[in-house]
Amino acid sequence: MSMTQQATPAVGTPPAPGPKQSDGRTRQRPLALRLLARPEVGVFLGAVAVLVFFLFAAPPVRDGSSMANILYQSSTIGIMALPVALLMIGGEFDLSAGVAVITSALTASMLSYQLTMNVWVGVIVALLVSLAIGAFNGWLLVKTGLPSFLVTLGTFLILQGVNLAITKLVTGNVATDDISDMDGFAQAQKIFASSFEVGGVNVKITVVWWLVFAALATWVLLRTKYGNWIFAVGGNKDSARAVGVPVTFTKISLFMLVGFGAWFVGMHQLFSFNTVQSGEGVGQELIYIAAAVIGGCLLTGGYGSAIGPVFGAFMFGMVQQGIVYAGWNPDWFKAFLGVMLLGAVLINLWVQRTATRR
Amino acid sequence: MDRSSHPRSRRFAPVVAVAAAAALTLAGCSSSSGGKKSEEGGANASAGKADTPRMTVALVTHQAPGDTFWDTVRKGAEAAAAKDNIKLIYSADPNAGNQANLVQNAIDQKVDGIAVTLAKPDALKGVVGKAEKAGIPVVGLNSGLSDWKDLNLLEFFGQDESVAGEAFGKKLNEVGAKKVLCVMQEQGNVGLTQRCDGVAKTFEGKVDPQNVNGTDMPSVKSTITAKLKQDPSIDYVVTLGAPFALTAVQSVSDAGSKAKVATFDLNKDLIKAIKNDSIQFAVDQQPYLQGYLAVDGLWLYKNNGNYSGGGEQPVLTGPAFVDKSNVDRIGEFAAKGTR
Repeated sequence: MSMTQQATPAVGTPPAPGPKQSDGRTRQRPLALRLLARPEVGVFLGAVAVLVFFLFAAPPVRDGSSMANILYQSSTIGIMALPVALLMIGGEFDLSAGVAVITSALTASMLSYQLTMNVWVGVIVALLVSLAIGAFNGWLLVKTGLPSFLVTLGTFLILQGVNLAITKLVTGNVATDDISDMDGFAQAQKIFASSFEVGGVNVKITVVWWLVFAALATWVLLRTKYGNWIFAVGGNKDSARAVGVPVTFTKISLFMLVGFGAWFVGMHQLFSFNTVQSGEGVGQELIYIAAAVIGGCLLTGGYGSAIGPVFGAFMFGMVQQGIVYAGWNPDWFKAFLGVMLLGAVLINLWVQRTATRR
Repeated sequence: MDRSSHPRSRRFAPVVAVAAAAALTLAGCSSSSGGKKSEEGGANASAGKADTPRMTVALVTHQAPGDTFWDTVRKGAEAAAAKDNIKLIYSADPNAGNQANLVQNAIDQKVDGIAVTLAKPDALKGVVGKAEKAGIPVVGLNSGLSDWKDLNLLEFFGQDESVAGEAFGKKLNEVGAKKVLCVMQEQGNVGLTQRCDGVAKTFEGKVDPQNVNGTDMPSVKSTITAKLKQDPSIDYVVTLGAPFALTAVQSVSDAGSKAKVATFDLNKDLIKAIKNDSIQFAVDQQPYLQGYLAVDGLWLYKNNGNYSGGGEQPVLTGPAFVDKSNVDRIGEFAAKGTR
């Protein structure tokens, strides 16, 4: 996670080819300013500030296992914040991301239980369902040209209803049955919801996945053609299409990536809690979007990074748990959270303004 | 320029292949343990059917979608409706204004009786008055113990949240708890606050409330873990809903704490947890009974002029404790989702 990766491709278009002429426009600016211009620097400073603050304000945070707990909380937000951020760079956002997590978990759980199958059958079918939901979102968006706000608001409501109705229809209850004694559960749990010891500290596997996915996303975004396409379709769809970027493919696949993220987090929830409540997940979509925006992604698309949302999610987890570790009055919890997040966004904004000033 | 005119067979070949692969996978992948096949079948409690004239009753609650608790209330109401030859119309909205609209809707449908929860009594005052003016009997259930008389409701079925909290506090004294964490899954909910306050009233140790985000289980888990780390002297975690108790058990082990877990409300997974000692006890307000009695109460009033609770006192459905001593018996019913 070094800060010295190559610069983000220019806003709106793929990186300009050819050697630079020294006509003054492309003059190298000082290193510090160039670093500050990276989308994730603001959130990095914000996250450090919040971390230092809580290290002082809440003594239990200094303990290794507390940090593991904060990272766990951050990872469950962060894994979803990554595809949501990529989608946002690609110029769209997905309001159905929160309930889609639960849809995936419900599918896997009910399918395995009702048919008395190895849980892996449910896991794989759930993956297909999640990808299909993403593809549907993307397809509808591309076909109708409606804003993603409307399209995904629709799917958000549909999934919310479907989650509840199908669960009730199939199980007769509003929560799924416990699948922890079924074949394949232990194996799947190892992958999605296990933990391991590092120097006496119990670390959840989701933290590892989170960082692996973040590294992957960064590589895709900065080093591959697909990454350039994402920036291009988010910056200006029409000029992207004009220069030969497959806009339809890019948008639909980005929505399917969100589907993949929803599947992964859904599986984590299923295999760590054994059952799923059908009404959960509402409101989470905004937290994912918040983590991406705090992480320096522009709501309007075309600008952002994959590392930024990692820090964005960390900041969210840190503030959320830090308030508890500090033992502050819980009635103020949400207000504290809001103030700290606004503060973080302001630091972010200030850094970006300073950095881009000539 | 039609690029999509592949021959049919080629186009469908992959689909067929996937379907065939899926069928093969499914055939070889049954689970040898757990699952639907291991579920014991149980007959539902059925009491025959009354031959009284068909009537319509509306049950309007402040349920949030997908809450296990309300599902049980509804099952009770449906059981009573089936027995009493009643057509039951169920509707719910957590927003008080919307709930009032749903009551109005029931009045417009000219139902023969309305059962309503009074989570926010002031918002429902007007519309309940309208129902009474229209000659429709109204009974209350679940929430609104202190307000049902003011609104001139016929009867009330529910648990006094404060009384339940106080009983819980006494039980905590019995088991020797010193410091209790009270986990609230919905910030600002009156009933939940009364439960925690009730516990604090009779419990001799200290009670620390903690808000958690009830719609996100991983967040609930790490928040309770964080709190247990922050205050290692906590020796009992009290949750206000069954699913959160099961999560709290995981938090306790994550935090390396020795705290025990007890909870308000019940579900079938909780029964298992009580059996294997990971949860100490649960206090049950018997949601099934609330739904059942509310509908049955309206039927009795219509067909025999009876007032449950004598029209003066509420009919209390809780607190009923479930612990190791009676868990086996109650477990049978909880497995069916009716307790």
